[in-house]
Amino acid sequence: MPMSGGVPPIGQAVVLNKTDLGAIIEQLWQAGYTVIGPTIAQGAIVFDEVHRLDQLPIGWTDEQEGGTYRLKRRDDKAYFGYAVGPHSWKKYLFPPRLSLFSLQKTQDGFHVQQNQEPVPRYAFLGIRSCDLHAIEIQDRTFLYGPHVDSHYQARREGVFIIAVNCSKAAPTCFCTSMQTGPKVERGFDLALTELSESFVVEVATPRGADLLTGLPYREATGEDLGAAARVVRDTASSMKRHMDTYDLPELLYNNLEHPRWDDVAKRCLSCTNCTMVCPTCFCHCIEEVPDLDGQRAERIRLWDSCFNPAHSYMAGGMIRSDIRARYRQWLTHKLASWIDQYGVSGCVGCGRCITWCPVAIDITEEVAAIRSDADKRTKEGSP
Amino acid sequence: MTTRKPRIGVFKFASCDGCQLTVLDCEDELLDLAERVDIAYFLEAIRRPLEGEFDIALVEGSVYTPEQEEYIRDIRQRSRFLITLGACAAQGGIQALRNFTPPDEYPRVVYALPQYIESLAKSRPASDYVPVDLALQGCPINKQQLLRVLVQMLLGSKPRVPNHALCLDCKRQNIVCVLVAQGKPCMGPITTTGCGVLCPSYDRPCYSCFGPAYQPNPSSLTRRFAHLGFAPHEIQRLLHGYYSQAPEFREEGQRYARS
Amino acid sequence: MTPQEVRLQPFPPAGLPDPYCPEPAVIRSIETETPGVATFRLELQNASRQRMYRYQPGQFNMLFIFGVGEVPISISSTPGEQAGIDHTVRFVGTVTRVMERLRPGDVLGLRGPYGTGWPLEQARGQDVLIVAGGLGLAPLRPVIQTLLARRSQYRRLLLLYGSRQPMDLLYQREYAGWVQQGLELMVTVDRADQSWNGRVGVVPALLSRVSFDPTQTIAFTCGPEVMIRFTVYELLARRLSPERIYLSIERNMQCGVGLCGRCQLGPYFVCKDGPVFAFNRIGRFIRPEHF
Repeated sequence: MPMSGGVPPIGQAVVLNKTDLGAIIEQLWQAGYTVIGPTIAQGAIVFDEVHRLDQLPIGWTDEQEGGTYRLKRRDDKAYFGYAVGPHSWKKYLFPPRLSLFSLQKTQDGFHVQQNQEPVPRYAFLGIRSCDLHAIEIQDRTFLYGPHVDSHYQARREGVFIIAVNCSKAAPTCFCTSMQTGPKVERGFDLALTELSESFVVEVATPRGADLLTGLPYREATGEDLGAAARVVRDTASSMKRHMDTYDLPELLYNNLEHPRWDDVAKRCLSCTNCTMVCPTCFCHCIEEVPDLDGQRAERIRLWDSCFNPAHSYMAGGMIRSDIRARYRQWLTHKLASWIDQYGVSGCVGCGRCITWCPVAIDITEEVAAIRSDADKRTKEGSP
Repeated sequence: MTTRKPRIGVFKFASCDGCQLTVLDCEDELLDLAERVDIAYFLEAIRRPLEGEFDIALVEGSVYTPEQEEYIRDIRQRSRFLITLGACAAQGGIQALRNFTPPDEYPRVVYALPQYIESLAKSRPASDYVPVDLALQGCPINKQQLLRVLVQMLLGSKPRVPNHALCLDCKRQNIVCVLVAQGKPCMGPITTTGCGVLCPSYDRPCYSCFGPAYQPNPSSLTRRFAHLGFAPHEIQRLLHGYYSQAPEFREEGQRYARS
Repeated sequence: MTPQEVRLQPFPPAGLPDPYCPEPAVIRSIETETPGVATFRLELQNASRQRMYRYQPGQFNMLFIFGVGEVPISISSTPGEQAGIDHTVRFVGTVTRVMERLRPGDVLGLRGPYGTGWPLEQARGQDVLIVAGGLGLAPLRPVIQTLLARRSQYRRLLLLYGSRQPMDLLYQREYAGWVQQGLELMVTVDRADQSWNGRVGVVPALLSRVSFDPTQTIAFTCGPEVMIRFTVYELLARRLSPERIYLSIERNMQCGVGLCGRCQLGPYFVCKDGPVFAFNRIGRFIRPEHF
């Protein structure tokens, strides 16, 4: 029952040949989108501009564990047969270095000139459920707080999203614990599930449907939908890491002086990698960069981290003056105070902080250690 | 601010001149800068005798001989703000590797007439002899960092240089971690930022030519290197390079030298 | 606790001004307070913006020096009392050091006001106990002036204030006037000199010298964090309930609007949820050190 040519119904699923993804990429570029997707660079699957199908890591996968990541050949031609890599999408919506405005000295003071650089209209290809949740979480910070960040907003607003249901979980993934995957639930235009020869495509929006118009898709059968559901189910059941989130904020707030913080401080490098790869971490700093002649200055915004000693620096000294305090800040913010601030956890279970920690510190292990010990201490009746 | 241009002197001690070359390398900026400062002493650029006082002294090199010990005290007395340039002036430099051996061992091996060699027992940083107001790290220093400090001073501000781990700037440039993705022994996690992330951006591991970051944790990182299969002498060499005399690197390196 | 679902609204309207843009402000006067500390009276250059400028005692502004950057400074004047906005500044940081060289007529940048103010309404009909250390008197000065201006609405007004040395005591020229208008004032210094014949000792120790009815007292405190801690513990020991103790705390604030994340204290962004907090809200987060 071919349906090709017409506009597919919204809310329905269709089946598309894998190679037709190339036409979708092309159409997006033609429609004025900058298409960002997975591609191979520097020994990893990263996000960058994608113009053609052969730029995708077809037939590649990753092997991940705490502190290690390696690219490997697959024995098939899977398009999306890998888990999340070192980059997250926040580098596009919340760029690591952004010029906010410039200041010019004038006779009676100074003049502010807003940065008028045009902002690209992005299409994100291959975004996973955990990362889609991460974007929603950053939306709460930058769009729904007391102040709207116009820079984030300008990038976020028109993003076209082609999501992918994960067909593989890395050993570092734990999205099932955080209820953020592996199946994408909302916030996309199209969602792909990869089968051996084809994609089952969920069509969620009119512009998503428009994109398929003219392509040789067919209506998904019960068999197709069953196969797609199996992909997600198998991925979920293969998830190796878990985090018990029960009453997590209270657990952490009640254990701010737990000896485990001293233990992790001996291992932690305070190198900021976990916060840089985290798709939800939003801390930043504002810097004033003057020209040599002192007549012009640029105000820039840079990614920053609670592991940077300068993060809590004041003229009087540093609040979080050692690694213990800095790690404790990161973990309690991510898993406890984030919920107070934004109504959701700051962790989506993507596992990046585990893989990309140079010394393999594992957030799930740290939480488990505090929990097991706290439980024990409660049972023994000691404080 | 006073209308008089700040007087700057550039001084050399035991060094390769690389940091002074970095000052000269500020070609375009130097012209702009020369309008706002008076470079009163800089042997590599201007021949002029050392006289008078300086608003800013830029000191390159380690203190290596008895004359240099007097010289650094003299410069300190003549200068309002003393900035050391580079690894040598900050921690003794590559030549401080000799600090691990008895003082007369190398002259005996290298020179035909070692009795004519007069040097102090150790290659030491300026800060061992005089108070230092600010240290610019690196072998050599980074030009942008130097210019930024000078501009901050011209604005009347107290200059500060960041001392967080290199990784923060590496990730701001979206570089994939060479330690995690390629198993290379990158010193970035315990090295101070400032170089502009030169090595990792060429897929090479950082070898810490800017020295330790603030509160580094070398024992955790070197445990990782050992786990990745690097031999004790390889790990020791990473720590005992440009910043062998930085206490955190010296001690951790000695641990691996003994093992 | 399962994460509560927050319903996301549609995207907010585009084109809002950048929250980080400073406005030019002219220095009207500079009053040297103590060695290394001065009060800057500022007015926004744009006269209509200055007329529209409103603030509450306890709030702060971000002050900006061209080419150098910004610094959060609490407002030390009283709303409605004069045209300008006062900021008492210690010349210690990268930005404030440059301020030391500025003169009346010079222009710097200002944006604000930010943060929460002191709960003056809640203090009505109460004994008000103000405990301040060092520069911590600056954000409390507008409280004192406001309370004294409406003196009859409050019962006892007590100020316990201390500094390291006698010469570090802020606003000394104003003490006599305050006392005349009905403020009970107790001053102490950590270290006396020859000129000093007053009390010697830390500020929280003054608390043992005053009596108050914990059911009818509200306390405001600001100063070095260690002083705040001891003050609060002493007040709690004297049975003042945590929701009657207010403190203003300092953190590294860069954006002022709860975006940059630097000023976090547990669930709070000190720049927008504070800097003034009731102790019952932040007690559990201010007790562990370095949190």
